[in-house]
Amino acid sequence: MKTAAKAAATNAFSARSGSNRLKDKIFSLVVWGVSLVIVAIILGLLALILERGATHLSWDFITGLPSEIEEGGGIGPSLFNSFYMMILSLIVSIPFGMAAGIYLAEFAPDNKFIAFVRICVEGLASVPSLIFGLFGIALFVEMMGLGLTIIGGAVSLAFLNLPVLTRVTEEAIRAVSQEIKQASFSLGATHLQTIRKALIPSAISGIVTGISLVAGRAFGESAVIILTAGVTTSGVMWDFNLLSPGETLAVHLWYVQSEAIVPDAQLISQKAAAVLLIVVLAINFLFRIPLWVRERKLR
Amino acid sequence: MQALIEIDRLNLFYGTFHALKNISMKIPEKAITAFIGPSGCGKSTLLRTLNRMNDMIPGTQIDGTVSIAGADIYGKDIDVETLRKKVGMVFQQPNPFPKSIYDNVAYGPRLHGITSRQKLDEIVENSLRGAALWNEVKDHLKRSAFSLSGGQQQRLCIARALAVEPDILLMDEATSALDPISTLKIEELAQELKERYTIVMVTHNMHQAARVSNQTVFFLNGEVVEYSETEKLFSNPEDQRTEDYISGRFG
Repeated sequence: MKTAAKAAATNAFSARSGSNRLKDKIFSLVVWGVSLVIVAIILGLLALILERGATHLSWDFITGLPSEIEEGGGIGPSLFNSFYMMILSLIVSIPFGMAAGIYLAEFAPDNKFIAFVRICVEGLASVPSLIFGLFGIALFVEMMGLGLTIIGGAVSLAFLNLPVLTRVTEEAIRAVSQEIKQASFSLGATHLQTIRKALIPSAISGIVTGISLVAGRAFGESAVIILTAGVTTSGVMWDFNLLSPGETLAVHLWYVQSEAIVPDAQLISQKAAAVLLIVVLAINFLFRIPLWVRERKLR
Repeated sequence: MQALIEIDRLNLFYGTFHALKNISMKIPEKAITAFIGPSGCGKSTLLRTLNRMNDMIPGTQIDGTVSIAGADIYGKDIDVETLRKKVGMVFQQPNPFPKSIYDNVAYGPRLHGITSRQKLDEIVENSLRGAALWNEVKDHLKRSAFSLSGGQQQRLCIARALAVEPDILLMDEATSALDPISTLKIEELAQELKERYTIVMVTHNMHQAARVSNQTVFFLNGEVVEYSETEKLFSNPEDQRTEDYISGRFG
């Protein structure tokens, strides 16, 4: 200690006090530690679900019809409904969400009304999905008298995802630098051309990330589906009828676990959970591949 | 020399701020006219009235006339997009699109309806040659514009502006973000371009104005203090304020 203090005194650049450096080190350690714990929890969860479910997966289970009473039913129709409704909901929500986002970013006047609209959109984005389910019941089941249908569920899902897509698109377009916009205008582009050819291509990475988020959410959503599309399927594979009941995989998982009387309910729900997880991860992955390719090109 | 741009008693307000005060001037064609003056004097604002980029700023009000080749560009039957096609602009920061070199140059022609691959190839080559960049990039036109250096990016932006065949090229402090060697290249390029284009440049750099321009306009607080041949303005200014500014006493 004594020699260290002596050396410190002779060195012009030695630290006056070690306390700042100590705090710095402690802070780094804490940040590292917390990150590690979080990653460990997520990986543990993944491993648990996959280990219990994925090891028992078979093609018959994935494409097979569910059974009501006996052991060994599949999840075919539910899995199909999940994809079908996700795609239908994206077909509705992407154009409307992007249009609203582009309006808010590019055309909306800077006044109190628009500020209020923005707060509403943000609020809607954090409303529990159950509320959208109740809205779906009011609109499709009661007002239109359709009953529990795939189309009702898909459109309700689209409503659920609209505010998120609107926000993400608005933020992504706003993040494009004004210089890009000015460059386009200075070349004689109209506003529409500038949006189509300069702003959206520059913002596409953010927009696609948003779409992959809502796609995953649509795939895994349960409350909205239970209320608007029901907990049953038509019981046949590849049923594209928009008016069929539309239980999805996530709903099936809940239903089997809590209501069903099949003896292997536990195993079915574990396998279904594994499939759900794998598909959601795959969706996120698939949406990002084109972005990675693009980014490599632009380096 | 014939005047291509005529500005007559132009006043411009941003909200209540009187940014340009009663400006009248004639800018000759196929020459370089430089706008100099301290920050906030209105030189960039005036430049941006020439291609109506100020339209994008809400609360801008304009009074007086600006005519290009005899047409009042703030008149009723003016198509802003056609005007901007004729009056190209290069900005302070190089601002290429996140696209390939080729697609950057082809952006403008494509906007205006040119789709033939052969025609686009021709335009891209001619524009890049015009901007003295062709030899450096001809073998990798498909590469991202961001792979170029800052100076090359700025020449790419000039090529992009040339690709829509403008008559006038506005340069808004186009070299202020560049190193001296890149700056010199752009200055040399401007000298070549003035054979075919009318160039108006805003610059912070008085030496640059003295080196490259034919006419120089000195601005102060939204007014034109002095407008004359560059040589005369720098060697024998009429106004005391001009002399103070060019000799570095303020600004």
